[in-house]
Amino acid sequence: MAEAPLLELRGITKRFPGVLANDNVSFDLRNGEVHALLGENGAGKSTLMNILYGLYTPDEGEILLNGVPIDLGSTKAAIEHGIGMVHQHFMLIPVMTVAENIVLAIEPRRAGVLLDYDAARKRVRDLSERYGLVVDPDARVDRITVGQQQRVEILKALYRGAEILILDEPTAVLTPQEAKELFDILRSLKSQGKSIIFISHKLNEVLEIADRITTVRRGVVVDTVPAAGATEEGLARMMVGREVLLRVDKEAAKPGDPLLQVEGLRVIDDRGLETVHDVSFEVRAGEIVGLAGVDANGQSELIDAIAGLRQVKGGRILVDGHDLTRAHARHTLDAGVGHIPEDRHRRGLVLPFSLTENLALHAYRHQPNSRLGFLSLRRMGARARKLLKEFDVRGGTPSTPAYALSGGNQQKVVLAREIDGDPKVLIAAQPTRGLDVGAIEFVHRRLVEQRDAGRAVFLISLELEEILSLSDRILVIYEGQIVGEFPPTATEEELGLAMTGGGRGEEAA
Amino acid sequence: MNDELLAEEFDEQPPDETPQPSQNFPSKFNGLKGAIGPLITTVIAFLMGGLVVLFTGKNPIKVYEAIFKGTGLNWFFHVGNHSARIPFATAHMWFPFDTASVAAQNLQQTLLLTTPIILTGLAVAFAFRCGMFNIGGQGQYFAGTIFAVWIGSSFGGMNPLLHVLFCLIAGTIAGAVFAGIAGILKATVGAHEVISTIMLNWIAIWVGEYLFGQQGPLQNSTQPSIPISNDIVEGAKLPVFWGLKLLQGLSVGIFIALAMLIVYWIIVNRTTLGYEVRAVGFNPEAARYGGISVARNYFLAMAISGAFAGLAGAIDITGWEYRIGQNDIAVNQIGFIGLAAALLGRNTAIGVGFASLLFGALINGTSGRQLDPSIFRPDLAGNLTTIIQGLVILFVGLNLTGVVAWVRRKRRRA
Repeated sequence: MAEAPLLELRGITKRFPGVLANDNVSFDLRNGEVHALLGENGAGKSTLMNILYGLYTPDEGEILLNGVPIDLGSTKAAIEHGIGMVHQHFMLIPVMTVAENIVLAIEPRRAGVLLDYDAARKRVRDLSERYGLVVDPDARVDRITVGQQQRVEILKALYRGAEILILDEPTAVLTPQEAKELFDILRSLKSQGKSIIFISHKLNEVLEIADRITTVRRGVVVDTVPAAGATEEGLARMMVGREVLLRVDKEAAKPGDPLLQVEGLRVIDDRGLETVHDVSFEVRAGEIVGLAGVDANGQSELIDAIAGLRQVKGGRILVDGHDLTRAHARHTLDAGVGHIPEDRHRRGLVLPFSLTENLALHAYRHQPNSRLGFLSLRRMGARARKLLKEFDVRGGTPSTPAYALSGGNQQKVVLAREIDGDPKVLIAAQPTRGLDVGAIEFVHRRLVEQRDAGRAVFLISLELEEILSLSDRILVIYEGQIVGEFPPTATEEELGLAMTGGGRGEEAA
Repeated sequence: MNDELLAEEFDEQPPDETPQPSQNFPSKFNGLKGAIGPLITTVIAFLMGGLVVLFTGKNPIKVYEAIFKGTGLNWFFHVGNHSARIPFATAHMWFPFDTASVAAQNLQQTLLLTTPIILTGLAVAFAFRCGMFNIGGQGQYFAGTIFAVWIGSSFGGMNPLLHVLFCLIAGTIAGAVFAGIAGILKATVGAHEVISTIMLNWIAIWVGEYLFGQQGPLQNSTQPSIPISNDIVEGAKLPVFWGLKLLQGLSVGIFIALAMLIVYWIIVNRTTLGYEVRAVGFNPEAARYGGISVARNYFLAMAISGAFAGLAGAIDITGWEYRIGQNDIAVNQIGFIGLAAALLGRNTAIGVGFASLLFGALINGTSGRQLDPSIFRPDLAGNLTTIIQGLVILFVGLNLTGVVAWVRRKRRRA
């Protein structure tokens, strides 16, 4: 404990117009530790790290490296001081190979101008062996998985001589398996003396990987505690500033008639491969059915088929007895299917649209929001004001563009729109992806409310914890097939086994 | 079925991970602020144009002053007691502006030029709102002129009002159909609209050359050696309400163009069609998820876009050109000037209106007959317009507000 910190941030204050992003924040990093920076979205974590990486200049405060004040005027200066950052959104060139990406801008050269590709490949191999980061130097970046791309980003930082690594929400884009592999990598880096700052809002991850945890809330450091002895509940309270319900409180389901029936459904993906094979299940009124599975086992295609966004190759989809197998998105919507999409930026929202316009994405065609093809902005606005209030959307008025909201509030807008459509069936695909605990609690409560209001809720999630705490029945999908049904009392191990194709006997081969 | 297949293309687009609202897509949220970028753009373009003038050894202030006088915009300062010709009548009465002066004539020409620029500008702007770049305004304009000339020079005995309306509507539909081809190609087989509209431009140009060329089907019936069309009949001409018809006075076409600015604004901002078009333009995947047919909107947006350009052509024919010759087809650039107007006007109705006036005035002010050779060589003056136009497009692409923010950030760090 007496060890002098490797890096120290003292009294950092950063103001943006109208916002105090960091208020007198102090933070230190010891040699060879993983120090987690925990906080809700918008708490000022990223601002602080961008200051450390030379992207922003602090208004007040100083940064000391090995006790000596340093000036980080640019990312170049940060890299020279051995600070490397892996951004949440990768900064890689998709059409270049892994090796080319890693050595970019400080390439080994031949004849002064030509890239010495063999030397680059060798250096990348050496690095990846030394730190146990397995990548294929010759693979094109757009052809490798997100998890591998992240390794390339880490290698890029190491290649530039990083001793301190900043990882900004590194698990947000990873599957649970990839996240596990990342943690192994981080432990290996730690054992070789690298120091790591791990930014996250996921409590379980922080507890698993970090040595110490600093919690920030609204730009202020709440506390720094050792991970040993910390609890999820305690951290959540520090993060949100109030008691948070981590477990969903719900009564037993009272299932009614089946509202969503899927029979022998077969769907092909964009590559023309059949990714959903003969899937049958039903979701009844007043129950939440969870679909657990490792990413890319046919979930997206299944959701798209039900929502009318993808053609069905075979089988049937019935909503409240009506055949929607061949229906387009518009008919599906009109038939009473609400859909919280997996990716709210790509699909759930038109980001430059105002909240009023986004909330009207389905309702704009119907009275009173429009009449004879003319929009009634007054009615649309009134509806938006009502919904924003009802769903506690903060940080925006009806005329605020959607991109200006935080992720949690954006998701609330999507939720408001889908629930307000009074759906019979509500498809919730990864409804809490990228949200912080406060927003997760809100979304979960709303989903249970929908169930209790007699709607059929179909929940798709990669987070087992979410599936287990919300679902009344759990289906497991593996390689496009439903491989099992479990009660909500099932353990993560049971589900995990089914998700990875275990327990299917010789069929798995 | 088709929608479904088409829409699947979009699944392959990489997810936009950090979507930023493009500066080219103004929304009502940036209000007055949205005008700052284009204004800076214009000022810089004029300053650089002035440098070019300086380079030729002339005085840029004098040149700009002469250009300004040539535009006729100084007419607004000629307040006094004059008699005026009232539109659609010949009575004279007190009017604050002198309607018969040289300035008035210049202004008439400026506004005659502004009219089609507004419409071709709207054509580009509307397609832009749907996320498409319609480079085919020129071809769609020609489609409009061809049909207006053909119908205007036929049906001699028709009721004048019906005849001129027939010309305008036919020109509009011709433009819509012509652009609609690019829209259908995009909607069905995914052909990029930039490529298809450029190719359609050449089709329009060569069809025009053939129609009005020697022995062409629409070539002048009395003078078989001249590659020019027949004149349209009197009844097919738009009323001239300011200035003399013989001296190329201003027709009521300008009011049609101004009305179209309002129509454009209403369609884009106040109709479900405009809502769908904008949703598709910003995020086709989200639009599809919202139950909107992306393919249908690509087609509709392109057709409406072409309708504006076709109308521009029809108004030029019925408003003052009255005929079209092979030479006109070769030199006409209205569609491309409309492109610049849409870019500078940021695809808003009011922006396109002002940008069109700017370009219309600039072209008229620098045209050879307006400039005194001792101030600036008239043959170079036209190039000055092109230079300013080019600089404007360049700077619009540069996204000046972004540059300003970047400079500020740099300074803060220093």
